[in-house]
Amino acid sequence: MPDTFFTEPPHWRWFIVLYFFIGGIAGGCFFLAALLQLFGRPGDRTIVRTGYYIAIIGVAISGILLVVDLGRPDRFWHMMIQNKTGRPMFKYWAPMSVGVWGLLFFGIFSFLGALGALHADGKVRLGAARRLGERPWSTIIAIGGGIAGFFIAGYTGVLLSVTNRPIWADSSWLGILYLLSAASSAAATLILVARRRRLSEGTSVIDLERFDKYVLVMELVVLLIFLISLGSAARAFLNAWGAVLALIVVGGILAPILIGFGRVTRFRGRALTAGTAAMLVLLGGFMLRIATIFPSEQVRVIGTRVSRP
Amino acid sequence: MAEAMGFFTDTTVCIGCKACEVACKSWNQLPARAGGQPEMSGQSYDNTLRLSGNTWRHVKFVEQFDQQYDGRWLMLSDVCKHCVQAGCLEVCPTGAIIRTEFDTVVIQSDVCNGCRSCIGACPFGVIDINEVSGTAQKCTLCYDRMSVGLEPACSKACPTDSIQFGPIEELRKRAAGRVEQLKAAGESRARLYGADPNGPLGGLNAFFLLVDEPEVYGLPPDPGLPSRNLASSAALSAAGAVAVGAVGLVTLRHNRMKDVADAEGERPTRDPDA
Repeated sequence: MPDTFFTEPPHWRWFIVLYFFIGGIAGGCFFLAALLQLFGRPGDRTIVRTGYYIAIIGVAISGILLVVDLGRPDRFWHMMIQNKTGRPMFKYWAPMSVGVWGLLFFGIFSFLGALGALHADGKVRLGAARRLGERPWSTIIAIGGGIAGFFIAGYTGVLLSVTNRPIWADSSWLGILYLLSAASSAAATLILVARRRRLSEGTSVIDLERFDKYVLVMELVVLLIFLISLGSAARAFLNAWGAVLALIVVGGILAPILIGFGRVTRFRGRALTAGTAAMLVLLGGFMLRIATIFPSEQVRVIGTRVSRP
Repeated sequence: MAEAMGFFTDTTVCIGCKACEVACKSWNQLPARAGGQPEMSGQSYDNTLRLSGNTWRHVKFVEQFDQQYDGRWLMLSDVCKHCVQAGCLEVCPTGAIIRTEFDTVVIQSDVCNGCRSCIGACPFGVIDINEVSGTAQKCTLCYDRMSVGLEPACSKACPTDSIQFGPIEELRKRAAGRVEQLKAAGESRARLYGADPNGPLGGLNAFFLLVDEPEVYGLPPDPGLPSRNLASSAALSAAGAVAVGAVGLVTLRHNRMKDVADAEGERPTRDPDA
């Protein structure tokens, strides 16, 4: 039996699941918006701004979720400032400590990106906001926020791996799995928004769809590697969670890939569109976090294994 | 730094009286469960079942019975191991968990914000949230008592000296002698768990004498630090980020090149806002 099965769960439940999902989408959306800003078409401006809006809303919700989840929310700032010395609190070897600072920097970049977008949309009239939408500031924000966004998308899985819990600490592949899932979920979000606004001509939506299906293929491969790497700890999935995981693979990853590559076009007489694929990706991304967090949370200290004297 | 102090728990003389549990609760003013109402586990003669945020000592009952009168009963008074390399201390993002001058590991309740990362990091499942304070709590090895030269409450109360308190070096010698004594008496399975400073986690400052495999007592055979996965997990994530970035660049680069071709060599205009 793996050593991780002798530990206690940290009670990371719905707030954390939601944070991992929303934070991942926020980080991924900023990254994709930054890519489109730097390399996309002029017609992508609406998608870029949408990406920045999703990022700032997502990071704000993430911050609230994390604070509310604390046992003592009034002490959230102890993660950034040592309450007894007033010095900065930072441990580069502790993912939660690094993540707090990463979230702060990502929040700053998201705020600046959203402010520039608001000015471009005519919602804010400030000289400083105008400059944020112009070079070189727009480029600095895109690059800095893109890196910070991708960090937020990926560190959450590393955070889980740096524990002693079943599933999480039994593999090093959870970080990259979450990162890929965040990237695919973010692309799916932008695709859905673009389709809802009927943005297609002169935009890079079709390229986002192509990006999404390639990332989904990578995600599928990494998910399989992750499951194999668990070894005997995979027994934590020998219950209903195993069925949930199988559903995620089929419905949330495999089906969107097949739709994306045009291998499946209809289901029970209904046409399957890129929008359908994007919805499935989002659902799969959310369920992936549930199916990797809750099975581990349910394993408790076994106490004393019975053996014969 | 003062001398490293700790516990040596000889499980062979534990009688399961739970005086240590009571003394710990009493000294540390830890609340009873269920408002003091009797609460039966229904699965063991042990009704405490586990360590928690308000139970810092727990006498485990290992009940191994084939038939009604054929079996074995082992007991182990479990507690924080005060690891020399402590996983909880390693991951704590607030600096609430500190190493004291006695080489013990203590959670400062006025600093902890209840993020719970230490709970998942502990290789022994020792730490949990105290619902009254909203913070993570565990055994302090009676830091307040030690600071004034007193023995921790649990070992002071132990009627059989199953829990022995003292300088770690002295306890290790005593424990090694006890193992020899048991082996000479025919108990060939006698062994120490966590006494080796070159073993897992640099040794435990609360170590045990067992007469079976650690798993039988609910102890991990090879406990590790949570950071063992940090480098590999972070490297894989970084590689994934590079790969996704490359896919993004390739798909969009393709798009731009196509635009250039469509415009017959005319470079597309770029909007500074975009």
